[in-house]
Amino acid sequence: MTISIDARGPRFSATLTTIVLAIALITHNVWVLAFQGFIFAIGAIRGPQKTPYAWIFKKFVKPKLTGPEITEDVRPPQFAQRVGLGFAIVGLIGGFTELHLLFQVATSFAFAAAFLNSAFDFCLGCFIYLRLVRLSKVA
Amino acid sequence: MKSFLPISIALLAATGFGFWYRFNSGRIKGGKSHGHRLSERELNKPLGSRVTLLQFSSAFCTPCRATKALISATIENMDDVVHIDLDAESNLDLVNRLEVTSTPTTLILNRKGIEVGRAVGAPSKAQILSAIDAVK
Repeated sequence: MTISIDARGPRFSATLTTIVLAIALITHNVWVLAFQGFIFAIGAIRGPQKTPYAWIFKKFVKPKLTGPEITEDVRPPQFAQRVGLGFAIVGLIGGFTELHLLFQVATSFAFAAAFLNSAFDFCLGCFIYLRLVRLSKVA
Repeated sequence: MKSFLPISIALLAATGFGFWYRFNSGRIKGGKSHGHRLSERELNKPLGSRVTLLQFSSAFCTPCRATKALISATIENMDDVVHIDLDAESNLDLVNRLEVTSTPTTLILNRKGIEVGRAVGAPSKAQILSAIDAVK
């Protein structure tokens, strides 16, 4: 049984994620990335509807929205959270081992994905999931 | 160690990619690399007498559900058009042969099961209709 959630929630969360990752990138602050990594971990494990960002959406944003509620399967945004977590972990490894370029590249990818989701309604799962499955079969 | 360089590069690249993605999403392309032929036996379903819209979907794809509903509604009164929705992951051999890399991807097949075009991403109703009209 698949869970459906308000599709506007993950997009709002992606906007907050974009801002937090922008701060991490500009200030080169590992702890800001660690904070976002923790949010990604909640989204990846418990679901994107369980993160603090989703709580802000439900509590403060959703009551103000007037349009019709569009629901979506929880799995695509959860997949995106997992990819985000992957980038965050790689970025944190770079940050804590003084590999600055690794930190910057991994954080940039996570930032770009969140920005694309937020600004262009980009579906990360659509774009990379099948490629990953095909790659893993080849490997 | 403040630097605006990484974020500037990431923002520029992502914006460029975003516009490319938006522009191409759902567009029906003929393409020379296509022309694959599919049989009813391979699909386990009868082909349409004029057009078959073969959609590939996946679990981690939000627009797949909307595309499926839109195509079904669009062809509702067309007797000669059939819509088949396949899960890409459980049809990997077909996915590899047809060079499908993302979802939703919708192949437009003629009466012989030959691919005459495909839409990568979620097509609009107008795009679906014009693709169907273009098949003789």
